[in-house]
Amino acid sequence: MQVDAERLAAESAVQPGRALDLPPAPTAEQVTLPERRAREVIATGGGDWAEVTARRDAAGDDELMVLNMGPQHPSTHGVLRLVLELRAEEVVSAQPVVGYLHTGIEKNLEYRPWTAGQTFVTRMDYLAPFFNETAYCLSVERLLGIQAPPRAQAVRVLLMELNRVASHLVWLATTGLELGALSMMLYGFREREVILDLFEDVTGLRMNHNYIRIGGLSQDLPDGFEGRVRDALATLRARTEEYETLLTRNPVWLQRTRGVGALDQDRLVGLGVTGPVLRASGLAHDVRKTEPYCGYEQYEFDVPTATGSDVYARYQVRMAELRQSFRIADQVLDTLPGGPVMVEDPKVGWPARLALGPDGLGNSPAHVAHIMGESMEALIHHFKLVTEGIKVPAGEVYTAVESPRGELGYHVVSDGGNLPWRVHVRDPSFVNLQAVAPMVRGALVADVIAALSSVDPVLGGVDR
Amino acid sequence: MQAPDVLQPVLTNLRERFGDAVRDVAGHRGEVTVELPRERLVEVCTWLRDHPSTRFRLLSDLSGTDYPDRPDRLCVDYHLYSFDHNVRLRLKVRVSVEDPHVPSVTGVWPTADWQEREVYDFFGVRFDGHPNLIRILMPEDWQGYPQRKDYPLGGVEVEYKGAHIAPPDTRRYTGGWTST
Repeated sequence: MQVDAERLAAESAVQPGRALDLPPAPTAEQVTLPERRAREVIATGGGDWAEVTARRDAAGDDELMVLNMGPQHPSTHGVLRLVLELRAEEVVSAQPVVGYLHTGIEKNLEYRPWTAGQTFVTRMDYLAPFFNETAYCLSVERLLGIQAPPRAQAVRVLLMELNRVASHLVWLATTGLELGALSMMLYGFREREVILDLFEDVTGLRMNHNYIRIGGLSQDLPDGFEGRVRDALATLRARTEEYETLLTRNPVWLQRTRGVGALDQDRLVGLGVTGPVLRASGLAHDVRKTEPYCGYEQYEFDVPTATGSDVYARYQVRMAELRQSFRIADQVLDTLPGGPVMVEDPKVGWPARLALGPDGLGNSPAHVAHIMGESMEALIHHFKLVTEGIKVPAGEVYTAVESPRGELGYHVVSDGGNLPWRVHVRDPSFVNLQAVAPMVRGALVADVIAALSSVDPVLGGVDR
Repeated sequence: MQAPDVLQPVLTNLRERFGDAVRDVAGHRGEVTVELPRERLVEVCTWLRDHPSTRFRLLSDLSGTDYPDRPDRLCVDYHLYSFDHNVRLRLKVRVSVEDPHVPSVTGVWPTADWQEREVYDFFGVRFDGHPNLIRILMPEDWQGYPQRKDYPLGGVEVEYKGAHIAPPDTRRYTGGWTST
């Protein structure tokens, strides 16, 4: 279970800022054929199973076993494939293979109006839909040079923090399941349901909400929502204490998580890892603090860190983050400003408000009466916005938010038209997944599950 | 130029040290972009990572963009972040489709491994010195580079029998009515 202390110490001795995980990159000519073969075995990019094992055979090491874990393995968190090289129970190397869930969302975004973007991005990291929507909308708002009204910003913060709790609960539930704490799985999903009910109340959907829009929100919170959130927070607070009694001192949990998947801070930074995994190594980096957005600077909260940088430290950080999220949510409820939830600019703000009518959910009768009977200008704006969408001034921005998994960044390029020119998503799951291989090198097969789970990858975000 | 104050020493030092290499410095919406020739990229990146005035230890994002109207149409953007100074910087390298070679920065930031593979996968940019430059999200036998602007969305044959994906509406509106 314990990682090789000597190896860890040797690797920790790497000077900060040095090339941390790779030898000085050789040019293609410098790599000899046996070396290239060896590399190919550890760095397979998918492909036919016969080819993978044939490469292993060509390397001529009889003791080495190549084991395919995934993409349908239940504990790989979705369609992730790990190609493990094993010498008995010891992991010689692990290579994640991704792409099984690639749906071309970034390409699709270039063919849809800006206003349709949230519908796509919310489906990337499906455990953190509000973060995707907010990051995308903040990017476009920065290009437009506008800011959502204060109430919309506060509601975004509230929903994001509830979403962070839901996401961490799923992490806790699945990790519990994988490490043999089955009751944690039942409790985690039970409490997540409390939050999803709140989301359904606001947006009509449990996931993939498309609720946060460019310039604000699609509509205001329903009546009595604040009270329901307070009730839910009280429940969740009490339950979080219960999880702690279940796991924090549980000997099985400690044995499965302590010293497992450890990686020192310099290597984590070199590998681009952010979020709870980086904070569990002692670096208190949080985009909410360093580059506040949506008014995060108004709320008091701490950035929990831990030392140890192992699976247990990541557990401690996430548990502490649950409490910080409750704290922020409380403050949002206490200070929730009134006012509109969409910018007033009729050329940006989506005009229609939804309402329940005799024929189901649709545009509110008041809005239809306004554009059809009262204002020609409103009709033109409605027509232009719905058919062409908004036009965004040319330029490019990179906007980051702190998602439950780390820095979620949107690099958005506009050519001044009504369609995005390019949207690239820096998904934290994609980047963090690279750290799994060095985490499990030299560990046992069972620890692969724990280490992988501690990174909390969501393959919808990885593959996009 | 609207560079944040914290970035001024970075830019001053950068110009002093690599004045000949900095092609262009542009500011937009509070973000600063430095355009570099590919020959100096690794050198500048190493300096930016290690120099006390910069310490860009995190390569937070590496993305590609295609501008088909330019001769050097493929553009690679590096978004750097400095924990020490809490600033961001964007580096830009442009190459042509005929000669799409950019030196790999995997030796500077190991995280560039997958991110460069992604840009290679979607834009066909060859990162020289990358230890394992193979496709990452598309199937390994895929033809073409899907994020290039001349690569169609839909309108392509798919493997399933009798299936065809119709191309979407490709009209772009740029003139006339604007939102600002």
